Amino acid sequence: MNGAWLTVLTRDLLQAYRRRSDIATTLFFFVIVSSLFPLGVGSDSAILSTIAPGVLWVAALLAGMISLSRLFAADFADGALEQMLLSPQPLSLLVSAKILAHWLVCGLPVVLLAPMIGLQYALPSEAIGILVVSLLLGTPALSLIGAIGAALTLGARGSGLLVALLVLPLYIPVLIFGSLAVSASQHGMSPQAHLSLLAAISLLAVVLAPLATAAALRISVE
Amino acid sequence: MSLKKIIFALGLIIAVSAAALIFFAHGLKYISVNVALLALGAVLMRQSAYFSDNFYQHASPQTFYPTAGRMIPWFAWLAVVFVIYGLYISFAIAPTDFQQGEAYRIIFVHVPAAWMSMVIYLAMAFWAGVGLALNSKLSAMMAQALAPTGAIFTLLALVTGSLWGKPMWGTYWVWDARLTSELILLFLYLGFMALQASIDEPRKADRAGALLALVGAVNIPIIYFSVKWWNTLHQGSSINMGAAPKMAATMFEGMILMALAFWMYTIAVALIRVRCIILERERNSGWVKELSLKDHA
Amino acid sequence: MLVAQGLACLRGDRLLFKNVGFELNAGGLLYVLGENGSGKSSLLRMLCGLLTPEEGAVFWNGKKIKEDAEQYLSNLTYLGHLNGLKDDLTALENLQTNARLAGVEASEQAAMAALTAIGIARCAYLPARVLSQGQKRRVALAGLWLANTSLWILDEPFAALDVASVEVLATRLGEHIAEGGMAILTTHQDVTVNAKHTQTLRLSK
Repeated sequence: MNGAWLTVLTRDLLQAYRRRSDIATTLFFFVIVSSLFPLGVGSDSAILSTIAPGVLWVAALLAGMISLSRLFAADFADGALEQMLLSPQPLSLLVSAKILAHWLVCGLPVVLLAPMIGLQYALPSEAIGILVVSLLLGTPALSLIGAIGAALTLGARGSGLLVALLVLPLYIPVLIFGSLAVSASQHGMSPQAHLSLLAAISLLAVVLAPLATAAALRISVE
Repeated sequence: MSLKKIIFALGLIIAVSAAALIFFAHGLKYISVNVALLALGAVLMRQSAYFSDNFYQHASPQTFYPTAGRMIPWFAWLAVVFVIYGLYISFAIAPTDFQQGEAYRIIFVHVPAAWMSMVIYLAMAFWAGVGLALNSKLSAMMAQALAPTGAIFTLLALVTGSLWGKPMWGTYWVWDARLTSELILLFLYLGFMALQASIDEPRKADRAGALLALVGAVNIPIIYFSVKWWNTLHQGSSINMGAAPKMAATMFEGMILMALAFWMYTIAVALIRVRCIILERERNSGWVKELSLKDHA
Repeated sequence: MLVAQGLACLRGDRLLFKNVGFELNAGGLLYVLGENGSGKSSLLRMLCGLLTPEEGAVFWNGKKIKEDAEQYLSNLTYLGHLNGLKDDLTALENLQTNARLAGVEASEQAAMAALTAIGIARCAYLPARVLSQGQKRRVALAGLWLANTSLWILDEPFAALDVASVEVLATRLGEHIAEGGMAILTTHQDVTVNAKHTQTLRLSK
């Protein structure tokens, strides 16, 4: 692997490790949001297991979104972003390392915690398995698409709320295929088609999103 | 090839093919649409006189400003004429639907508005792309000028869709694939406008907005497909706005005329807005100051 | 060789400068002078390619810098107002990371030597968060002892430094230029850097 790519990845992971409480914040947000629904809807396990795929996916989506503001904001403020732009390495490559670090820190823990929340929603074990697989396939797309929004809103007024407005509509396909995969397995149908589409979206995002993000960063730094 | 000749040729092609259709193909079936196209072609041929021979000269806001000003009345009048004509056909000529009664007539607004909402987003992404690729100010201004009109047509499609929904389905809102996609499209328009509004530096706002419009344009087919997929799995195909009863020729005619009217309106309004944006952006330049002195004299 | 031709900079609707041009050859030093808000920093960012000029262009060895960005950037070291240090990493880690990003494989000894040169070695293992403004600046400047680039563009490198560090940095700049390097500086202080060809560019409102 490319040296500069690894440097960016290790720098971001090291920072995250030294600020472990930030990871906990994202996770805690995910848990709280998904625990609010039973309190609002009632504890009927039939209803809960019906809404579970959608609710868990929306919670994962929101958790990924609130952590987006951290992706580039600190680098923008302390000048590390300028230095990345002036590195002889292609910016999209360095950006992809940052997005991977973001997913490892904010996406993966949510995926790992999801089965526990699934149990609270009375999901059968098979559906829980599909939930984890769908999150594993879909959350990278969330980080990748979110990075474009985070880069575009750097330095804009009210960027925290703005990023939600820009990014959430683009998250819709991921939400649809992800939650459909889980509910398909609940109804004894094959989730394979949905999972394939989810993987296709993630792959497309892996190719295109770092390029778009790099272009957006160049615009925002001007 | 000069811009003048291109626009003239475009007008000529539209006018000649409309005339040919009147005489040969459909006979009198779609005559009003063809007459409208004939008028549009004639106006385009007339407008070509406003442009200079130099293709790139009109990429400058200063030369485009007066040209746009001369074009606006033409498109505005065409819009008025087409709307009157289109509404006349939609309400007086088109037959009452035997299943839906008179309520179906809202599709003469709903369907063209839904078309426009998509087309304007594509046009916006096109101008945004041109603006990014060629670094031309005017293209970015064009994209910015189109956004509010696109959002309004999206809103119109949503409102008319739900008004139609009440007598048809007994409820104002159903999560039908088309209505849901329109709703998401509205979010995309709002995001574009919010992003542009919250970046102070105009050039930076242009370029950030342009990139967002392009990302949106890449995503729209994916979003549209996913919503359709979701809709068929959740509700079956029991209700579908697209599956309107088989259309009579006059119904189709009314819809096309309304769509043409909306087009003319969009062009006129976008040009007015572009002129405002040009004045605002270039307020410190010499030519705008001269212009305002002339106006006050 | 760095050539700037007819550069103009527009911020909002204020024209900061126009028609700025110069030619900088190996062994040359360029001072950019001007009042606050005259566009010095914008000019330096433009020279790096971070800011697109409203008019004009910058050429590196005869080619526009955007045309062969990789070639240009691997010859360029830029230090702006911001230090590019991460609060949670130590001074040493920051220095090594930034050097690697610039394409220099800096060993711990080399990085330590750089920190020693600018007199900040005793802070090497402290997180950047606890360093003072001047100390942070020195950690960022220590990168100049590791750099293998020929063009240095530095925005106010002497600001916030104590007298001894100013001296050390001026010497380092003199060495770099004597070896055939180039430097572009903005500064408010009266610092003498030894160079064969010194030019001054004054931006006025």
